Amino acid sequence: MASDSDRRERGLGRWLVLAIPYAWLVVLFLVPFLIVIKISFSTPVIGQPPYTPTFDLSGGIAGITASIRQLVVDNYVFLTKDALYWKSYLSSLWIAIASTFLVLVFSYPIAYGMARAPRAWQPTLVMLIILPFWTSFLIRVYAWIGILKKDGLLNDLLMALHIINQPLIILNTNWAVYIGIIYSYMPFMILPLYAALERLDNTLLEAASDLGSPPLRSFWQITFPLSIPGIIAGSFLVFIPVTGEFVIPDLLGGHTTLMIGKTLWDEFFSNRDWPLASAVAVVLLILLVVPIVIFQNQEQRRAEREG
Amino acid sequence: MKVFSRFNLASIILGLAFLYIPIVLLIIYSFNDSKLATVWGGWSVRWYGALINDGAMLDAAWVTLRVALISASVATVLGTMAAVALVRFGRFRSRSLFSGMIYAPLVMPDVITGLSLLLMFVALGVARGFWTIVLAHITFSMCYVAIVIQSRLVTFDKSLEEAAADLGCPPFKTFMVITLPIIAPAVVAGWMLGFTLSLDDLVIASFTTGPGATTLPMRIYSQVRLGVTPEINAVCTILIALVATGVFIAAVVGRRRELERQRAEQLAAAMP
Repeated sequence: MASDSDRRERGLGRWLVLAIPYAWLVVLFLVPFLIVIKISFSTPVIGQPPYTPTFDLSGGIAGITASIRQLVVDNYVFLTKDALYWKSYLSSLWIAIASTFLVLVFSYPIAYGMARAPRAWQPTLVMLIILPFWTSFLIRVYAWIGILKKDGLLNDLLMALHIINQPLIILNTNWAVYIGIIYSYMPFMILPLYAALERLDNTLLEAASDLGSPPLRSFWQITFPLSIPGIIAGSFLVFIPVTGEFVIPDLLGGHTTLMIGKTLWDEFFSNRDWPLASAVAVVLLILLVVPIVIFQNQEQRRAEREG
Repeated sequence: MKVFSRFNLASIILGLAFLYIPIVLLIIYSFNDSKLATVWGGWSVRWYGALINDGAMLDAAWVTLRVALISASVATVLGTMAAVALVRFGRFRSRSLFSGMIYAPLVMPDVITGLSLLLMFVALGVARGFWTIVLAHITFSMCYVAIVIQSRLVTFDKSLEEAAADLGCPPFKTFMVITLPIIAPAVVAGWMLGFTLSLDDLVIASFTTGPGATTLPMRIYSQVRLGVTPEINAVCTILIALVATGVFIAAVVGRRRELERQRAEQLAAAMP
């Protein structure tokens, strides 16, 4: 029999287990977003910090309503006026959509091959796909500079084989950005695809083949539809972070590569226009909020289904 | 299926080649004697020697290592608590906000996370530097830890905990004696994930740092912008070797534990 004080202690312990991580995330994840939104409505000034003060609760309710009236939407108006910004958003979305599709096309045969591999091999194959993911993202992107540059290894190889006479210009173009994204994000697609394909009941395919269905048709009518949850999960894991990607377009892309993550970085670090950088971030978040919420709901449901 | 079909084998081999060739080339060229990064000048370890005298790089490595150790450890504690709350506490109020905050950082673009944390540190007047990077890293790492541990906890046999509770074991002790040893591999995996994520992060650290705290990725990045050098290849090779060793040891230990567990289960099943 637990005494009352025991029970109280238990309740307190239970409360702390939830309250500590909860409070941490509210303070260091949620509140920062609210601050970004707030600052995106303020005006830049030269000084430290380089924007007009945003928190002034001394005026009470009247002060708050007054400060809401003072909110300036200039930053957002500017985003629509300057072509650089909307072009960056569109180009980011396009690069993210196209590269998600490319990642899917390249990952599918690999995930399929893994799921059909002998059982004893599968854990090793999964390990081999995960291992590069553990090595630094920056290093993996950097490795491609040496391969793709004008006097780099790829051009050396192709010239030595007499496939080309002139070095190809790949580095600092969008081609390099696509290669970098496919390379870096492939494991994020392969793993959910593999998880979906591995669960596939082989007897379905056997039944189809017994009934005379050719393998390709069985694939499109059975395997592919059943792998759609994996495709969706993998696509979100690639699409959302790629839209805001900074390192790949910065190191592999060129002057013509417009991606919003890089625009935000430049706005912040080079132009030091913090309110405008905040507005760029808020719009990016609005673009991504729908895919993020869908992704969360899916992951939550999956976590609960497995339980 | 006992053997690989030709098509499947080809796609696996091509896929793995694509994933590994850039890393292997980088490692090979770190042993290149030539000063020009892409001209082969014979084998040499001179760039590793040069690293030892590169004070700025060593400082950055030391900062990174401390940030990663502290942030991964705190994130593991917080992440484990979050996972327990998510899996064991049922449907508490504002659960969807909580789980939303756990899942969002997984896909949130780094530039947004970095910018928002920086603006908060500025708004609060916190001096930026080593500790602000640590706080930022704890925040995103704990979400990864929570998810790794959550997926282990949902497959966990709850009756073990219930049996302990029925026998009068207080919850904290039950967690330490029953739950923690069983989920230990997931806790270790979560810690390692947090450690490598911290080791890896360029964008969030660049936003949240202040004067005097330069991490290794920041240092590598600023050098890379000046061009590919054999010295950077050497730093990268050391990092890859460290991570690969860690992952390999974890895999071997995990495999051994798994085998022991299976053997114990077989023994238990064989008992009359």
